[in-house]
Amino acid sequence: MKRLEKAARRDRSKLSARAALAPAAFLAPFMTGLAIFTLYPFVNVILISFKEKYKMLTGEFSAFGTENYQAVLGDPNFLNGLRNTGLYVLFVVPAATVIALFLAYLLNKEIKLKGLFQTCYFLPMVTSVTAIGLVWKWMFNYDYGLINYLLSLFGADAVNWLNNPAYNLPALIIYGIWSMLPFTIILLLAGFQNINAQYYTAARADGAKPGKIFLRITLPLLAPTIGLTLIINMISASKVFSELFPLFNGQPGSAYSLYTVVYYLYDAFYVQWKLGRAAASAVILFVIVLALTLVQLFIQRKWKNY
Amino acid sequence: MKKMSRTIAYAILALGALTMVFPFFWMIVSSLKTAAEVNTTPPTFLPESPTFDNYVYAFEKAPFARYFLNSVIVTAACVASTMFTTILAAFAFSRLKFPGRDVLFASLLALMMIPFEMLIITNYQTIVGWKLTDTRWALIIPFTSSIFYTYILRNFFLSIPDSLYYSARVDGASNWRYLWRVMVPMAKPALATIGLLNAITCWNAFLWTVLVTNSPENRTLPFGLYAFMTSSGIRYERLMAAATIVVIPMVILFVCFRKNIVTGVSRGGLKG
Repeated sequence: MKRLEKAARRDRSKLSARAALAPAAFLAPFMTGLAIFTLYPFVNVILISFKEKYKMLTGEFSAFGTENYQAVLGDPNFLNGLRNTGLYVLFVVPAATVIALFLAYLLNKEIKLKGLFQTCYFLPMVTSVTAIGLVWKWMFNYDYGLINYLLSLFGADAVNWLNNPAYNLPALIIYGIWSMLPFTIILLLAGFQNINAQYYTAARADGAKPGKIFLRITLPLLAPTIGLTLIINMISASKVFSELFPLFNGQPGSAYSLYTVVYYLYDAFYVQWKLGRAAASAVILFVIVLALTLVQLFIQRKWKNY
Repeated sequence: MKKMSRTIAYAILALGALTMVFPFFWMIVSSLKTAAEVNTTPPTFLPESPTFDNYVYAFEKAPFARYFLNSVIVTAACVASTMFTTILAAFAFSRLKFPGRDVLFASLLALMMIPFEMLIITNYQTIVGWKLTDTRWALIIPFTSSIFYTYILRNFFLSIPDSLYYSARVDGASNWRYLWRVMVPMAKPALATIGLLNAITCWNAFLWTVLVTNSPENRTLPFGLYAFMTSSGIRYERLMAAATIVVIPMVILFVCFRKNIVTGVSRGGLKG
Protein backbone atom coordinates (compact mmCIF):
# COMPACT_ATOMS: atom_id res chain seq x y z
CA MET A 1 0.00 0.00 0.00
CA LYS A 2 2.72 2.43 1.07
CA ARG A 3 4.66 1.54 -2.04
CA LEU A 4 1.72 2.27 -4.27
CA GLU A 5 1.27 5.62 -2.61
CA LYS A 6 4.90 6.40 -3.21
CA ALA A 7 4.58 5.31 -6.80
CA ALA A 8 1.61 7.56 -7.26
CA ARG A 9 3.44 10.45 -5.67
CA ARG A 10 6.45 9.92 -7.85
CA ASP A 11 4.18 9.73 -10.84
CA ARG A 12 2.68 13.06 -9.86
CA SER A 13 5.99 14.83 -9.21
CA LYS A 14 7.09 13.80 -12.66
CA LEU A 15 4.13 15.49 -14.16
CA SER A 16 4.24 18.24 -11.58
CA ALA A 17 3.19 21.04 -13.91
CA ARG A 18 0.23 19.08 -15.16
CA ALA A 19 -0.58 17.83 -11.70
CA ALA A 20 -0.67 21.34 -10.36
CA LEU A 21 -3.11 22.32 -13.04
CA ALA A 22 -5.43 19.40 -12.40
CA PRO A 23 -7.11 20.80 -9.27
CA ALA A 24 -7.59 24.16 -10.94
CA ALA A 25 -9.16 22.54 -13.98
CA PHE A 26 -11.49 20.41 -11.90
CA LEU A 27 -12.52 23.34 -9.75
CA ALA A 28 -12.90 25.94 -12.48
CA PRO A 29 -16.54 25.40 -13.52
CA PHE A 30 -17.70 25.23 -9.92
CA MET A 31 -15.68 28.21 -8.74
CA THR A 32 -16.69 30.38 -11.68
CA GLY A 33 -20.38 30.00 -10.91
CA LEU A 34 -19.70 30.54 -7.24
CA ALA A 35 -17.63 33.66 -7.81
CA ILE A 36 -20.13 35.35 -10.12
CA PHE A 37 -23.37 34.41 -8.41
CA THR A 38 -22.44 34.05 -4.75
CA LEU A 39 -19.19 35.71 -3.84
CA TYR A 40 -19.42 38.85 -5.93
CA PRO A 41 -23.08 39.60 -5.11
CA PHE A 42 -22.36 38.96 -1.45
CA VAL A 43 -19.63 41.57 -1.35
CA ASN A 44 -21.51 43.92 -3.64
CA VAL A 45 -24.73 43.90 -1.64
CA ILE A 46 -22.78 44.87 1.47
CA LEU A 47 -21.24 47.76 -0.46
CA ILE A 48 -24.63 48.86 -1.83
CA SER A 49 -26.09 48.80 1.65
CA PHE A 50 -23.63 51.56 2.62
CA LYS A 51 -24.06 53.62 -0.56
CA GLU A 52 -26.43 56.52 -0.07
CA LYS A 53 -28.91 57.40 -2.82
CA TYR A 54 -27.71 54.47 -4.90
CA LYS A 55 -29.10 54.30 -8.43
CA MET A 56 -29.42 50.88 -9.94
CA LEU A 57 -29.00 51.74 -13.61
CA THR A 58 -26.00 54.04 -13.37
CA GLY A 59 -24.50 52.75 -10.15
CA GLU A 60 -24.19 56.37 -8.95
CA PHE A 61 -24.38 57.22 -5.27
CA SER A 62 -23.79 60.30 -3.19
CA ALA A 63 -21.63 59.01 -0.34
CA PHE A 64 -20.86 56.06 1.89
CA GLY A 65 -22.85 56.07 5.11
CA THR A 66 -25.37 54.34 7.26
CA GLU A 67 -28.43 56.14 5.93
CA ASN A 68 -29.98 52.95 4.52
CA TYR A 69 -29.64 51.14 7.82
CA GLN A 70 -31.20 54.04 9.69
CA ALA A 71 -34.07 54.10 7.23
CA VAL A 72 -34.65 50.35 7.45
CA LEU A 73 -34.38 50.13 11.22
CA GLY A 74 -36.73 53.10 11.55
CA ASP A 75 -39.26 51.61 9.15
CA PRO A 76 -42.31 50.19 10.99
CA ASN A 77 -42.78 47.65 8.19
CA PHE A 78 -39.30 46.28 8.76
CA LEU A 79 -39.78 46.11 12.52
CA ASN A 80 -43.08 44.37 11.87
CA GLY A 81 -41.20 41.96 9.62
CA LEU A 82 -38.59 41.28 12.30
CA ARG A 83 -41.26 40.59 14.88
CA ASN A 84 -43.27 38.26 12.62
CA THR A 85 -40.19 36.41 11.46
CA GLY A 86 -39.03 36.01 15.06
CA LEU A 87 -42.38 34.65 16.18
CA TYR A 88 -42.54 32.36 13.18
CA VAL A 89 -39.11 30.87 13.94
CA LEU A 90 -39.94 30.64 17.64
CA PHE A 91 -43.10 28.62 17.08
CA VAL A 92 -42.40 26.65 13.95
CA VAL A 93 -38.89 25.33 14.59
CA PRO A 94 -39.34 23.86 18.10
CA ALA A 95 -42.79 22.47 17.29
CA ALA A 96 -41.65 20.86 14.06
CA THR A 97 -38.49 19.47 15.69
CA VAL A 98 -40.31 17.93 18.65
CA ILE A 99 -43.03 16.38 16.49
CA ALA A 100 -40.44 15.15 14.00
CA LEU A 101 -38.29 13.65 16.77
CA PHE A 102 -41.28 11.70 18.03
CA LEU A 103 -42.31 10.50 14.57
CA ALA A 104 -38.75 9.65 13.52
CA TYR A 105 -38.37 7.61 16.72
CA LEU A 106 -41.47 5.60 15.81
CA LEU A 107 -40.46 5.30 12.16
CA ASN A 108 -37.06 3.95 13.18
CA LYS A 109 -38.63 1.01 15.01
CA GLU A 110 -39.30 -2.37 13.49
CA ILE A 111 -42.61 -1.52 11.92
CA LYS A 112 -44.61 -2.89 9.06
CA LEU A 113 -45.47 -0.74 6.05
CA LYS A 114 -42.31 1.28 6.62
CA GLY A 115 -42.11 2.26 2.95
CA LEU A 116 -45.68 3.46 2.86
CA PHE A 117 -45.27 5.52 6.01
CA GLN A 118 -42.05 7.08 4.76
CA THR A 119 -43.67 7.96 1.46
CA CYS A 120 -46.52 9.69 3.28
CA TYR A 121 -44.25 11.58 5.64
CA PHE A 122 -41.74 12.76 3.08
CA LEU A 123 -44.19 13.63 0.35
CA PRO A 124 -44.66 17.33 1.24
CA MET A 125 -40.93 17.85 0.76
CA VAL A 126 -41.30 17.66 -2.99
CA THR A 127 -44.10 20.14 -3.32
CA SER A 128 -44.04 23.63 -4.68
CA VAL A 129 -44.82 26.17 -1.96
CA THR A 130 -47.03 27.99 -4.44
CA ALA A 131 -49.09 24.91 -5.30
CA ILE A 132 -49.49 23.41 -1.86
CA GLY A 133 -49.86 26.90 -0.37
CA LEU A 134 -52.93 27.27 -2.57
CA VAL A 135 -54.29 24.05 -1.13
CA TRP A 136 -53.79 25.44 2.37
CA LYS A 137 -55.44 28.67 1.31
CA TRP A 138 -58.41 26.57 0.26
CA MET A 139 -58.37 24.59 3.53
CA PHE A 140 -58.15 27.85 5.51
CA ASN A 141 -61.12 29.31 3.61
CA TYR A 142 -63.61 30.94 5.99
CA ASP A 143 -66.87 29.68 4.47
CA TYR A 144 -66.09 26.31 2.91
CA GLY A 145 -62.59 25.50 4.14
CA LEU A 146 -61.95 22.12 5.62
CA ILE A 147 -60.25 23.41 8.75
CA ASN A 148 -63.24 25.44 9.83
CA TYR A 149 -65.45 22.46 9.06
CA LEU A 150 -63.32 20.28 11.35
CA LEU A 151 -63.48 22.98 14.03
CA SER A 152 -67.27 23.05 13.72
CA LEU A 153 -67.36 19.30 14.43
CA PHE A 154 -65.85 20.12 17.81
CA GLY A 155 -68.36 22.90 18.30
CA ALA A 156 -65.81 25.68 17.75
CA ASP A 157 -66.61 28.86 15.84
CA ALA A 158 -65.29 29.37 12.36
CA VAL A 159 -62.01 31.29 12.29
CA ASN A 160 -61.34 33.87 9.62
CA TRP A 161 -57.76 32.66 9.15
CA LEU A 162 -56.78 34.63 6.10
CA ASN A 163 -58.83 37.81 6.36
CA ASN A 164 -58.63 38.60 10.06
CA PRO A 165 -55.12 39.97 10.65
CA ALA A 166 -55.03 38.44 14.13
CA TYR A 167 -55.14 34.94 12.61
CA ASN A 168 -52.80 35.51 9.67
CA LEU A 169 -49.66 34.60 11.58
CA PRO A 170 -51.19 31.50 13.25
CA ALA A 171 -52.30 30.27 9.83
CA LEU A 172 -48.79 30.82 8.46
CA ILE A 173 -47.31 28.99 11.45
CA ILE A 174 -49.60 25.97 11.07
CA TYR A 175 -48.72 25.68 7.42
CA GLY A 176 -45.05 26.24 8.28
CA ILE A 177 -44.92 23.38 10.79
CA TRP A 178 -46.56 21.02 8.33
CA SER A 179 -44.16 21.88 5.55
CA MET A 180 -41.07 21.68 7.77
CA LEU A 181 -41.81 18.20 9.10
CA PRO A 182 -40.64 16.00 6.20
CA PHE A 183 -37.11 17.35 5.93
CA THR A 184 -36.76 17.36 9.72
CA ILE A 185 -37.94 13.77 9.98
CA ILE A 186 -35.45 12.69 7.31
CA LEU A 187 -32.54 14.36 9.09
CA LEU A 188 -33.49 12.93 12.48
CA LEU A 189 -34.21 9.48 11.08
CA ALA A 190 -30.74 9.49 9.55
CA GLY A 191 -29.40 10.43 12.97
CA PHE A 192 -31.24 7.53 14.63
CA GLN A 193 -29.90 5.13 12.06
CA ASN A 194 -26.33 6.27 12.58
CA ILE A 195 -26.41 5.25 16.22
CA ASN A 196 -24.45 2.07 16.71
CA ALA A 197 -26.78 -0.82 17.59
CA GLN A 198 -24.20 -2.18 20.04
CA TYR A 199 -25.07 0.54 22.53
CA TYR A 200 -28.64 -0.71 22.63
CA THR A 201 -27.61 -4.34 22.89
CA ALA A 202 -25.35 -3.50 25.81
CA ALA A 203 -27.99 -1.39 27.54
CA ARG A 204 -30.61 -4.10 27.14
CA ALA A 205 -28.23 -6.71 28.48
CA ASP A 206 -27.86 -4.51 31.55
CA GLY A 207 -31.64 -4.51 31.90
CA ALA A 208 -32.23 -0.81 31.09
CA LYS A 209 -35.83 0.23 30.42
CA PRO A 210 -36.83 1.74 27.04
CA GLY A 211 -37.48 5.18 28.54
CA LYS A 212 -34.07 5.22 30.17
CA ILE A 213 -32.41 3.99 26.99
CA PHE A 214 -34.00 6.85 25.08
CA LEU A 215 -32.92 9.51 27.58
CA ARG A 216 -29.46 8.17 28.38
CA ILE A 217 -28.34 6.73 25.05
CA THR A 218 -30.45 7.83 22.14
CA LEU A 219 -30.86 11.49 23.01
CA PRO A 220 -27.21 12.28 23.83
CA LEU A 221 -25.98 10.42 20.78
CA LEU A 222 -28.56 12.19 18.68
CA ALA A 223 -27.68 15.62 20.09
CA PRO A 224 -25.34 16.63 17.24
CA THR A 225 -27.99 15.72 14.68
CA ILE A 226 -30.65 17.62 16.59
CA GLY A 227 -28.34 20.62 16.76
CA LEU A 228 -27.70 20.51 13.05
CA THR A 229 -31.41 20.10 12.35
CA LEU A 230 -32.18 23.12 14.50
CA ILE A 231 -29.63 25.25 12.65
CA ILE A 232 -30.93 24.30 9.25
CA ASN A 233 -34.55 24.79 10.25
CA MET A 234 -34.03 28.11 12.02
CA ILE A 235 -32.21 29.44 9.02
CA SER A 236 -34.83 28.29 6.57
CA ALA A 237 -37.65 29.56 8.81
CA SER A 238 -36.07 32.99 9.14
CA LYS A 239 -36.37 33.27 5.36
CA VAL A 240 -40.13 32.69 5.32
CA PHE A 241 -41.52 34.48 2.30
CA SER A 242 -42.94 32.46 -0.60
CA GLU A 243 -45.83 31.19 1.51
CA LEU A 244 -47.30 34.70 1.59
CA PHE A 245 -47.95 34.68 -2.14
CA PRO A 246 -50.53 31.92 -2.36
CA LEU A 247 -52.00 32.55 1.08
CA PHE A 248 -52.43 36.32 0.87
CA ASN A 249 -52.38 36.96 -2.87
CA GLY A 250 -48.86 38.32 -2.74
CA GLN A 251 -49.59 40.79 0.06
CA PRO A 252 -47.94 40.67 3.47
CA GLY A 253 -51.06 39.49 5.27
CA SER A 254 -54.62 40.70 4.92
CA ALA A 255 -53.93 44.09 6.55
CA TYR A 256 -50.30 44.56 5.49
CA SER A 257 -49.33 43.53 8.99
CA LEU A 258 -47.57 40.29 8.12
CA TYR A 259 -44.31 41.54 6.69
CA THR A 260 -41.39 39.16 7.07
CA VAL A 261 -37.74 40.08 6.72
CA VAL A 262 -37.47 38.60 3.25
CA TYR A 263 -40.83 40.02 2.20
CA TYR A 264 -39.54 43.45 3.19
CA LEU A 265 -36.40 42.85 1.16
CA TYR A 266 -38.46 41.79 -1.85
CA ASP A 267 -40.81 44.73 -1.47
CA ALA A 268 -38.03 47.31 -1.10
CA PHE A 269 -36.18 45.85 -4.06
CA TYR A 270 -38.75 44.77 -6.59
CA VAL A 271 -41.81 46.85 -5.76
CA GLN A 272 -40.35 50.14 -4.54
CA TRP A 273 -36.92 49.92 -6.20
CA LYS A 274 -35.19 51.31 -3.11
CA LEU A 275 -32.04 49.31 -3.62
CA GLY A 276 -30.14 50.77 -0.72
CA ARG A 277 -32.85 49.77 1.71
CA ALA A 278 -33.22 46.37 0.14
CA ALA A 279 -29.47 45.83 0.46
CA ALA A 280 -29.44 46.97 4.08
CA SER A 281 -32.27 44.59 4.96
CA ALA A 282 -30.43 41.80 3.12
CA VAL A 283 -27.34 42.42 5.23
CA ILE A 284 -29.46 42.40 8.39
CA LEU A 285 -30.95 39.07 7.28
CA PHE A 286 -27.43 37.74 6.87
CA VAL A 287 -26.42 38.94 10.32
CA ILE A 288 -29.45 37.17 11.79
CA VAL A 289 -28.59 33.93 10.02
CA LEU A 290 -24.96 34.24 11.05
CA ALA A 291 -25.87 34.88 14.69
CA LEU A 292 -28.23 31.91 14.73
CA THR A 293 -25.56 29.67 13.33
CA LEU A 294 -22.94 30.81 15.83
CA VAL A 295 -25.26 30.39 18.81
CA GLN A 296 -26.24 26.99 17.60
CA LEU A 297 -22.66 25.88 17.04
CA PHE A 298 -21.77 27.06 20.51
CA ILE A 299 -24.62 25.15 22.13
CA GLN A 300 -23.87 22.11 20.05
CA ARG A 301 -20.27 22.06 21.14
CA LYS A 302 -21.25 22.29 24.81
CA TRP A 303 -23.83 19.59 24.37
CA LYS A 304 -21.32 17.26 22.80
CA ASN A 305 -19.01 17.49 25.79
CA TYR A 306 -21.78 16.43 28.08
CA MET B 1 -48.69 -4.37 27.37
CA LYS B 2 -46.16 -4.53 24.56
CA LYS B 3 -48.93 -5.20 22.08
CA MET B 4 -50.84 -2.17 23.25
CA SER B 5 -47.88 0.21 22.92
CA ARG B 6 -47.36 -1.20 19.44
CA THR B 7 -50.97 -0.46 18.54
CA ILE B 8 -50.64 3.07 19.89
CA ALA B 9 -47.45 3.58 17.88
CA TYR B 10 -49.23 2.51 14.71
CA ALA B 11 -52.20 4.71 15.49
CA ILE B 12 -49.97 7.76 15.96
CA LEU B 13 -48.00 7.01 12.82
CA ALA B 14 -51.20 6.54 10.83
CA LEU B 15 -52.66 9.79 12.12
CA GLY B 16 -49.45 11.63 11.29
CA ALA B 17 -49.27 10.09 7.83
CA LEU B 18 -52.87 11.09 7.20
CA THR B 19 -52.11 14.68 8.19
CA MET B 20 -49.17 14.84 5.83
CA VAL B 21 -50.98 13.33 2.86
CA PHE B 22 -54.36 14.89 3.34
CA PRO B 23 -53.73 18.22 1.55
CA PHE B 24 -52.71 16.26 -1.55
CA PHE B 25 -55.81 14.13 -1.36
CA TRP B 26 -57.93 17.22 -0.84
CA MET B 27 -56.29 19.00 -3.75
CA ILE B 28 -57.08 16.16 -6.15
CA VAL B 29 -60.59 15.59 -4.81
CA SER B 30 -61.43 19.29 -5.05
CA SER B 31 -60.04 19.50 -8.57
CA LEU B 32 -62.50 16.83 -9.70
CA LYS B 33 -65.56 18.55 -8.24
CA THR B 34 -68.00 20.93 -9.88
CA ALA B 35 -68.18 24.54 -8.74
CA ALA B 36 -71.42 23.80 -6.92
CA GLU B 37 -70.03 20.81 -5.08
CA VAL B 38 -66.84 22.54 -3.96
CA ASN B 39 -68.81 25.16 -2.08
CA THR B 40 -70.98 22.94 0.09
CA THR B 41 -71.15 22.39 3.81
CA PRO B 42 -70.51 19.76 4.97
CA PRO B 43 -67.88 19.02 2.33
CA THR B 44 -68.05 15.78 0.38
CA PHE B 45 -64.95 13.64 0.70
CA LEU B 46 -65.30 12.06 -2.70
CA PRO B 47 -66.62 13.91 -5.75
CA GLU B 48 -70.22 12.93 -6.55
CA SER B 49 -69.73 13.08 -10.29
CA PRO B 50 -66.00 13.43 -11.01
CA THR B 51 -65.25 15.83 -13.84
CA PHE B 52 -62.09 16.84 -15.64
CA ASP B 53 -63.63 20.15 -16.74
CA ASN B 54 -61.37 22.10 -14.38
CA TYR B 55 -58.26 20.65 -15.99
CA VAL B 56 -59.61 21.42 -19.43
CA TYR B 57 -60.35 24.96 -18.27
CA ALA B 58 -56.85 25.44 -16.85
CA PHE B 59 -55.18 24.22 -20.04
CA GLU B 60 -57.45 26.41 -22.16
CA LYS B 61 -57.21 29.62 -20.16
CA ALA B 62 -53.51 29.56 -19.39
CA PRO B 63 -50.58 28.05 -21.31
CA PHE B 64 -49.95 25.34 -18.73
CA ALA B 65 -48.48 23.06 -21.37
CA ARG B 66 -45.92 25.77 -22.15
CA TYR B 67 -45.23 26.34 -18.43
CA PHE B 68 -44.79 22.61 -18.04
CA LEU B 69 -42.30 22.41 -20.89
CA ASN B 70 -40.38 25.38 -19.50
CA SER B 71 -40.20 23.75 -16.08
CA VAL B 72 -38.89 20.53 -17.62
CA ILE B 73 -36.25 22.37 -19.67
CA VAL B 74 -35.09 24.59 -16.82
CA THR B 75 -35.00 21.75 -14.30
CA ALA B 76 -33.11 19.42 -16.64
CA ALA B 77 -30.57 22.10 -17.50
CA CYS B 78 -30.07 23.09 -13.86
CA VAL B 79 -29.59 19.51 -12.71
CA ALA B 80 -27.24 18.61 -15.56
CA SER B 81 -25.01 21.65 -15.10
CA THR B 82 -25.01 21.39 -11.30
CA MET B 83 -24.16 17.69 -11.39
CA PHE B 84 -21.25 18.41 -13.71
CA THR B 85 -19.68 21.16 -11.60
CA THR B 86 -20.43 19.23 -8.41
CA ILE B 87 -18.80 15.99 -9.57
CA LEU B 88 -15.64 17.78 -10.66
CA ALA B 89 -15.38 19.92 -7.54
CA ALA B 90 -16.14 17.05 -5.17
CA PHE B 91 -13.40 15.04 -6.85
CA ALA B 92 -10.89 17.85 -6.44
CA PHE B 93 -11.80 18.30 -2.79
CA SER B 94 -11.68 14.62 -1.95
CA ARG B 95 -9.02 13.02 -4.10
CA LEU B 96 -6.64 15.61 -5.49
CA LYS B 97 -4.06 17.10 -3.17
CA PHE B 98 -3.18 20.74 -3.47
CA PRO B 99 -2.00 23.37 -1.02
CA GLY B 100 -4.79 25.09 0.89
CA ARG B 101 -7.38 22.53 -0.12
CA ASP B 102 -8.93 22.03 3.29
CA VAL B 103 -8.86 25.72 4.17
CA LEU B 104 -10.57 26.50 0.88
CA PHE B 105 -13.18 23.84 1.50
CA ALA B 106 -13.87 25.07 5.02
CA SER B 107 -14.36 28.62 3.80
CA LEU B 108 -16.75 27.38 1.14
CA LEU B 109 -18.76 25.69 3.86
CA ALA B 110 -18.94 29.02 5.65
CA LEU B 111 -20.34 30.55 2.44
CA MET B 112 -23.26 28.14 2.72
CA MET B 113 -24.61 30.47 5.38
CA ILE B 114 -25.23 33.23 2.86
CA PRO B 115 -28.93 33.25 2.15
CA PHE B 116 -29.80 33.27 -1.53
CA GLU B 117 -32.32 36.04 -0.85
CA MET B 118 -29.41 38.30 0.00
CA LEU B 119 -27.91 37.83 -3.44
CA ILE B 120 -30.96 38.58 -5.57
CA ILE B 121 -30.26 42.30 -5.90
CA THR B 122 -26.84 41.98 -7.51
CA ASN B 123 -27.71 38.81 -9.39
CA TYR B 124 -30.65 40.65 -10.88
CA GLN B 125 -28.28 43.42 -11.98
CA THR B 126 -25.95 40.82 -13.50
CA ILE B 127 -28.79 39.20 -15.43
CA VAL B 128 -29.97 42.62 -16.63
CA GLY B 129 -26.40 43.50 -17.62
CA TRP B 130 -26.10 40.29 -19.64
CA LYS B 131 -29.45 41.10 -21.26
CA LEU B 132 -30.92 37.82 -20.12
CA THR B 133 -34.04 39.08 -18.38
CA ASP B 134 -37.19 37.28 -19.36
CA THR B 135 -35.34 34.29 -20.79
CA ARG B 136 -35.06 30.77 -19.51
CA TRP B 137 -31.29 31.22 -19.31
CA ALA B 138 -31.87 33.57 -16.42
CA LEU B 139 -33.43 30.68 -14.51
CA ILE B 140 -30.51 28.34 -15.16
CA ILE B 141 -27.21 30.24 -15.22
CA PRO B 142 -27.13 31.48 -11.62
CA PHE B 143 -27.69 27.95 -10.28
CA THR B 144 -24.86 25.87 -11.68
CA SER B 145 -22.76 25.65 -8.52
CA SER B 146 -23.92 24.29 -5.20
CA ILE B 147 -21.71 24.13 -2.15
CA PHE B 148 -24.17 21.91 -0.32
CA TYR B 149 -24.29 19.22 -2.99
CA THR B 150 -20.52 19.38 -3.40
CA TYR B 151 -20.21 18.84 0.34
CA ILE B 152 -22.47 15.77 0.24
CA LEU B 153 -20.71 14.27 -2.75
CA ARG B 154 -17.24 14.99 -1.37
CA ASN B 155 -18.14 13.09 1.80
CA PHE B 156 -19.29 10.19 -0.31
CA PHE B 157 -16.15 10.26 -2.42
CA LEU B 158 -14.04 10.25 0.73
CA SER B 159 -15.63 6.94 1.71
CA ILE B 160 -14.26 5.31 -1.45
CA PRO B 161 -10.93 3.73 -0.43
CA ASP B 162 -7.71 5.43 -1.52
CA SER B 163 -6.22 2.12 -2.62
CA LEU B 164 -8.61 2.02 -5.55
CA TYR B 165 -7.33 5.38 -6.71
CA TYR B 166 -3.67 4.52 -6.42
CA SER B 167 -4.02 1.21 -8.19
CA ALA B 168 -5.94 2.87 -11.00
CA ARG B 169 -3.27 5.55 -11.24
CA VAL B 170 -0.50 3.01 -11.29
CA ASP B 171 -2.36 1.27 -14.08
CA GLY B 172 -2.09 4.53 -15.96
CA ALA B 173 -5.65 5.83 -15.66
CA SER B 174 -5.90 9.60 -15.70
CA ASN B 175 -7.78 11.51 -13.01
CA TRP B 176 -10.51 12.25 -15.49
CA ARG B 177 -10.89 8.62 -16.49
CA TYR B 178 -10.77 7.39 -12.92
CA LEU B 179 -13.42 9.88 -11.89
CA TRP B 180 -15.95 8.95 -14.58
CA ARG B 181 -15.16 5.22 -14.79
CA VAL B 182 -14.78 4.36 -11.13
CA MET B 183 -15.99 7.06 -8.74
CA VAL B 184 -19.09 8.27 -10.51
CA PRO B 185 -20.55 4.77 -10.98
CA MET B 186 -19.83 4.01 -7.32
CA ALA B 187 -21.45 7.23 -6.20
CA LYS B 188 -24.72 6.59 -8.02
CA PRO B 189 -26.87 6.59 -4.87
CA ALA B 190 -25.39 9.90 -3.68
CA LEU B 191 -25.70 11.38 -7.17
CA ALA B 192 -29.31 10.28 -7.41
CA THR B 193 -30.00 11.94 -4.08
CA ILE B 194 -28.48 15.29 -4.89
CA GLY B 195 -29.88 15.21 -8.41
CA LEU B 196 -33.32 14.63 -7.01
CA LEU B 197 -33.01 17.31 -4.33
CA ASN B 198 -31.74 19.69 -6.96
CA ALA B 199 -34.58 18.87 -9.36
CA ILE B 200 -37.14 19.48 -6.62
CA THR B 201 -35.57 22.84 -5.79
CA CYS B 202 -35.46 23.95 -9.43
CA TRP B 203 -38.97 22.79 -10.18
CA ASN B 204 -40.39 24.68 -7.22
CA ALA B 205 -38.30 27.87 -7.42
CA PHE B 206 -40.51 30.90 -7.10
CA LEU B 207 -38.90 34.14 -5.90
CA TRP B 208 -36.19 34.28 -8.56
CA THR B 209 -38.58 33.32 -11.36
CA VAL B 210 -40.90 36.16 -10.39
CA LEU B 211 -37.97 38.58 -10.53
CA VAL B 212 -36.40 37.64 -13.85
CA THR B 213 -39.20 36.26 -16.01
CA ASN B 214 -42.29 38.06 -17.12
CA SER B 215 -43.87 36.89 -20.36
CA PRO B 216 -45.97 33.71 -20.33
CA GLU B 217 -43.62 32.04 -22.83
CA ASN B 218 -40.84 31.99 -20.24
CA ARG B 219 -42.75 31.24 -17.05
CA THR B 220 -42.25 28.02 -15.19
CA LEU B 221 -45.11 26.22 -13.46
CA PRO B 222 -45.10 27.81 -9.98
CA PHE B 223 -45.09 31.34 -11.39
CA GLY B 224 -47.63 30.30 -14.02
CA LEU B 225 -49.85 28.93 -11.30
CA TYR B 226 -49.57 32.14 -9.31
CA ALA B 227 -50.36 34.20 -12.41
CA PHE B 228 -53.35 31.93 -13.05
CA MET B 229 -54.58 32.58 -9.53
CA THR B 230 -54.33 36.36 -9.80
CA SER B 231 -55.77 36.54 -13.32
CA SER B 232 -58.63 34.07 -13.23
CA GLY B 233 -59.94 34.76 -9.77
CA ILE B 234 -60.37 32.52 -6.76
CA ARG B 235 -62.27 29.51 -8.02
CA TYR B 236 -60.94 26.71 -5.91
CA GLU B 237 -61.96 23.78 -8.09
CA ARG B 238 -59.98 25.32 -10.96
CA LEU B 239 -57.04 26.36 -8.79
CA MET B 240 -56.80 22.85 -7.36
CA ALA B 241 -56.68 21.41 -10.88
CA ALA B 242 -53.86 23.80 -11.77
CA ALA B 243 -52.03 23.03 -8.51
CA THR B 244 -52.30 19.31 -9.26
CA ILE B 245 -50.62 19.86 -12.62
CA VAL B 246 -47.70 21.52 -10.83
CA VAL B 247 -47.38 18.98 -8.03
CA ILE B 248 -47.94 15.59 -9.70
CA PRO B 249 -44.64 15.26 -11.63
CA MET B 250 -42.61 15.77 -8.47
CA VAL B 251 -44.81 13.33 -6.56
CA ILE B 252 -44.20 10.67 -9.21
CA LEU B 253 -40.48 11.37 -9.17
CA PHE B 254 -40.46 11.13 -5.40
CA VAL B 255 -42.45 7.89 -5.18
CA CYS B 256 -40.01 6.28 -7.62
CA PHE B 257 -36.85 7.50 -5.90
CA ARG B 258 -37.78 7.74 -2.24
CA LYS B 259 -35.21 5.15 -1.16
CA ASN B 260 -32.41 7.09 -2.85
CA ILE B 261 -33.25 10.16 -0.84
CA VAL B 262 -33.40 8.45 2.51
CA THR B 263 -30.33 6.23 2.17
CA GLY B 264 -28.40 8.90 0.31
CA VAL B 265 -29.01 11.64 2.85
CA SER B 266 -28.18 9.38 5.77
CA ARG B 267 -25.06 7.98 4.12
CA GLY B 268 -23.48 11.01 2.55
CA GLY B 269 -25.13 14.02 4.07
CA LEU B 270 -25.15 13.58 7.77
CA LYS B 271 -22.48 12.15 9.92
CA GLY B 272 -23.19 14.04 13.13
